[in-house]
Amino acid sequence: MKRYLYIIFAILSLNSFAAQAGGVYLQPDEFINQVFDNAPPKARVLWLKKELKKQIADILDHKYKGLRIRYWQRGDGDNRKSAWILEETGKKEPITTGIVIKDNQIELIKVLVFRESRGWEVRHDFFTDQFKQAKLKKDHRLSQTIDNISGATLSVRAVKKLARIALLLDQTIQNETDK
Amino acid sequence: MNKQSMITKVLISAASFGLIQPVLAVTDEEFKTLQEQFNQLAEQVDQNSQTTDNATTVGGYGELHYNNLNSSQSPSDKTMDLHRFVLFVNHEFNENIRFFSEFEIEHAFVGDNNDGSGETSKGEVEVEQAYIQFDLDDNTRANAGVLLIPVGILNETHEPPTFYGVERNPIEKNIIPATWWEGGAMLSGYYESGFSYDVALTSGLNSGTNVRGGRQKTAEATADNLAATARVKYTGINGLAISGTVQYQDDMTQDSNDSIGSATLIETHVIWSVSDLTLTGLYARWDIDGSGATSVQKDVQDGAYIEASYKLNPKLGIFVRQNQWDNGGAGDTSKEQTDIGINYWPHENVVLKADYQAQNNIAGDFDGFNLGVGYQF
Repeated sequence: MKRYLYIIFAILSLNSFAAQAGGVYLQPDEFINQVFDNAPPKARVLWLKKELKKQIADILDHKYKGLRIRYWQRGDGDNRKSAWILEETGKKEPITTGIVIKDNQIELIKVLVFRESRGWEVRHDFFTDQFKQAKLKKDHRLSQTIDNISGATLSVRAVKKLARIALLLDQTIQNETDK
Repeated sequence: MNKQSMITKVLISAASFGLIQPVLAVTDEEFKTLQEQFNQLAEQVDQNSQTTDNATTVGGYGELHYNNLNSSQSPSDKTMDLHRFVLFVNHEFNENIRFFSEFEIEHAFVGDNNDGSGETSKGEVEVEQAYIQFDLDDNTRANAGVLLIPVGILNETHEPPTFYGVERNPIEKNIIPATWWEGGAMLSGYYESGFSYDVALTSGLNSGTNVRGGRQKTAEATADNLAATARVKYTGINGLAISGTVQYQDDMTQDSNDSIGSATLIETHVIWSVSDLTLTGLYARWDIDGSGATSVQKDVQDGAYIEASYKLNPKLGIFVRQNQWDNGGAGDTSKEQTDIGINYWPHENVVLKADYQAQNNIAGDFDGFNLGVGYQF
């Protein structure tokens, strides 16, 4: 028994015990600050019309209850950049994700808050880097393959859905601006 | 139009006109106030629709199986079984401390085994998980309570839509043995390189050489001899997962006075996905010390499977799996089973399954088909 306890203690000693907010990797406000170089534009609101809400529900494979979605946008034309904070449940708990779209492509995805018991690999760059330059196809799927992570299937699925929704929402605000 | 109806319409029109007039006459200040109130109302509706405000969440999964198997050696096995019905209840105490649980009823019905009828209830009520998770830092977590042992593929992730085949593969069932849970504590960490680790100190098995029968299920489990488990996993390359687990228990019978001693489990698996093709291989082996294990030729028990699966489209996948396992004993005890089948997901959380299985004589020669419906939420 002492042998086991010694091994456990030795491993614990290698880790920091600082009680940080482990599930919160980056506060959403801080993400927006970073995206817009500490001078974020004022948040805007996109009201979800019936058709858009249906498209979101089709991507999620379940109803979306919200009436509107907050976003941040700066620039116009090719320099237009929009940022979104979106949430979707992986296995049992919501995963909060920050997504930046520029030129109809994903520029950046970051998992900001992860509350699931397993699947936290999705927050690391080797996974989220796969989304860079992904576009939305006509069938509302991503233009490039995102490889799964064994043991994190449901978290991977949630992040992929959020990426598709962010691209769809960006397309929507662009179309409304162009009208 | 009758007179009464006409009067009603005139009154409504007049009232509406009267009501509309003040609205048209609102000042800028009143309009701003109304706009602000409206935004606050919308904000509240949005907040109410956010799941993060619910500290307690409920989920679950279940699976119904129909087996139609024939054997040259035994009576046929034709059964309909609600194999599992499971509820999850989780609670987030704060950003760093959470509770996870899994409550399961197997085989649908749990009766009174001591009612005098002499019949034994087929069902079981089980608490397979009930633990508190603490975030120690961004990359490190500690769990304490009733935990799933970090070994294999299915032991921790076994919701029906996540795997192929109506029944779970026989290697993880008979060698590992999934589903395997124990009481204790576990530390888990993750590194940016893609490496992760888990180390656990838990209650152990207690039945000598019968690995699956040795699960004490944390029911007043004898804890004279604890078990130490360590797993290292690498997922740093997209589509690839490599994992290895070692468990050591210094007395498999929790009794130092008998002839069965320590036991070591090693398990390793590789999962490789390229686009819609996934290849999986798993090997697990027990080494049990002592003359009591050697004399019955159960000192080594091992098994392996390889599986290839292909997603024809997001809703339909096919697979083939070859299993070989040996729980020891006298004579030739090497069992084999081949599975081939399909999964159809009408919704990503709902699956319909069909497969055909063929066993060798030593495994029981049960050949036939299985059908299943599974779900998770």
